Amino acid sequence: MEVAINAGDTAWVLVCCSLVLLMTPALALFYGGMVRRKNILSTLTLSIIFMALIGVQWVLYGYSLAFGEDIGGFIGGLNYLGLQGVGAAPSPDYGPTIPHGLFAAYQMMFAVITPALITGAFVERVRFKSFLLFSLVWATLVYDPLCHWVWGKGGWLGTLGLLDFAGGTVVHIAAGFSALAFALVIGPRKGFGRFTMEPHNIPLTVLGAGLLWVGWFGFNAGSALAANGVAVNALLTTNSSAAMAGLVWMVLSWLDGRPSTLGICTGMVVGLAAVTPAAGFINPLAALVIGAVAAPLSYYAIRFRDKRGLDESLDVWACHGMASTWGMVATGLFATVEVNRAGANGLFFGNPAQIWVQLLGIVVTIVFSFGLTFLVAKLLDLSIGLRVTPMEEEVGLDISAHGERAYS
Amino acid sequence: MLKKIEAIIREDKVNDVKVALEAIGIVGLNIFEIRGHGRQGGIRLSGRSGTYQVDMLTKMQVNIILSEHNLEETIQTILDAAYTGEAGDGLIFVYSVEEAIRIRTRERGHEAVMYPGDIDERKKIGSPAAGH
Repeated sequence: MEVAINAGDTAWVLVCCSLVLLMTPALALFYGGMVRRKNILSTLTLSIIFMALIGVQWVLYGYSLAFGEDIGGFIGGLNYLGLQGVGAAPSPDYGPTIPHGLFAAYQMMFAVITPALITGAFVERVRFKSFLLFSLVWATLVYDPLCHWVWGKGGWLGTLGLLDFAGGTVVHIAAGFSALAFALVIGPRKGFGRFTMEPHNIPLTVLGAGLLWVGWFGFNAGSALAANGVAVNALLTTNSSAAMAGLVWMVLSWLDGRPSTLGICTGMVVGLAAVTPAAGFINPLAALVIGAVAAPLSYYAIRFRDKRGLDESLDVWACHGMASTWGMVATGLFATVEVNRAGANGLFFGNPAQIWVQLLGIVVTIVFSFGLTFLVAKLLDLSIGLRVTPMEEEVGLDISAHGERAYS
Repeated sequence: MLKKIEAIIREDKVNDVKVALEAIGIVGLNIFEIRGHGRQGGIRLSGRSGTYQVDMLTKMQVNIILSEHNLEETIQTILDAAYTGEAGDGLIFVYSVEEAIRIRTRERGHEAVMYPGDIDERKKIGSPAAGH
């Protein structure tokens, strides 16, 4: 089958690839503002290092494990090792109108930001060496297989008809529940619960949230892999959910005292995470409902986590895991083939069976990512240790791990 | 006899206090930004989900070295300018100072903390400068 490269599609996905790349430094700033000043460089590094680490891993074998020739529905083969044979010609399975190499690059940016999301769980106390090792193992054992199950040709969840447009399971639920597992293993920061740990630079977090929103257009609208109506619809639904969640979070925060800047930014990101699996399958009105429900869900999930005394420090589980769990359910409710002929109808459009597939996808992702992360983190903790020493933690990781000061 | 005033005041009252002190001729002073809490015990700030208690608040510490005979007038000025009536207005401490030496001129004691146009000069001349 001879397929022609479409210049418009290719240009659009090239732009989206760059937008998703931008989300990793954006996330670094978003997280960086919320930690204490002695740990800002460390927190920034925990995110941006993935541009380097996965930038290498993905070319060597990551892409092949995720998108190589299917082996039993569970993993990709080694036929794309070193991106051999992934070039200018389109792949019929992955974006038939853009070069295969562009699809691989675009997917690389997803593989970069997903483990960076998890770092919110263990900032201000993780040992850098153990973190690097964990991240490489996580990318290889959790991300690459899961990515194959959902998006790889022949992957078992995708074959069952699971709808996940841009990474509700692969990115947000996987990162959120892995964060929860890691936080349980590493334990709380020194002094957690005894004194308040104030965010040291909220303007950085505001900047990060803004850049994340911009980048998310590349993340969701780019997942159409074409410059078409589905892409435009995804952009509109993405914006609608983020807007609604930001607004609702502002009201919740106001009812508890005053409308918090940090809260509004958090709400926006929660709305973005929630709509991610649904963006290309639903209409903008449904996206408003998704944002409106996601905000209180994550808002009270943070409260619940805090009451349990669990130091999942930057609430990756509450903001990404819980929001996208709802987003996956909502996809099974609101999806309609009127928006995307390649998708399916949800419960409200006469297809109650879709909700069961969505629930299966959620449960499998949670069990798989939580279980493996817990195991890997525990093994590392027992062998080389996950934490810095108490003294290093008190001094701050900027000095003790990187030998640098952010503000001199 | 030299005295030192150490006034811990609200961050947002620092300009009012400075202007009021200039008006009575207190020229030399320095200011630290400090953190702490007294009876007020801190405030609640908005967080991601709900509010949380912050116990260390930013306060300003104003330091003035002056002659004892100007002490009461200066204290009254600070009390008036820094007052809001709400918890967190702050405290004033007064200490005795052993010695003061101006590095450029090597003047000591009272001479070292005098400035052109300051509170003492105005009193001597019958305060024409006060009406600037």
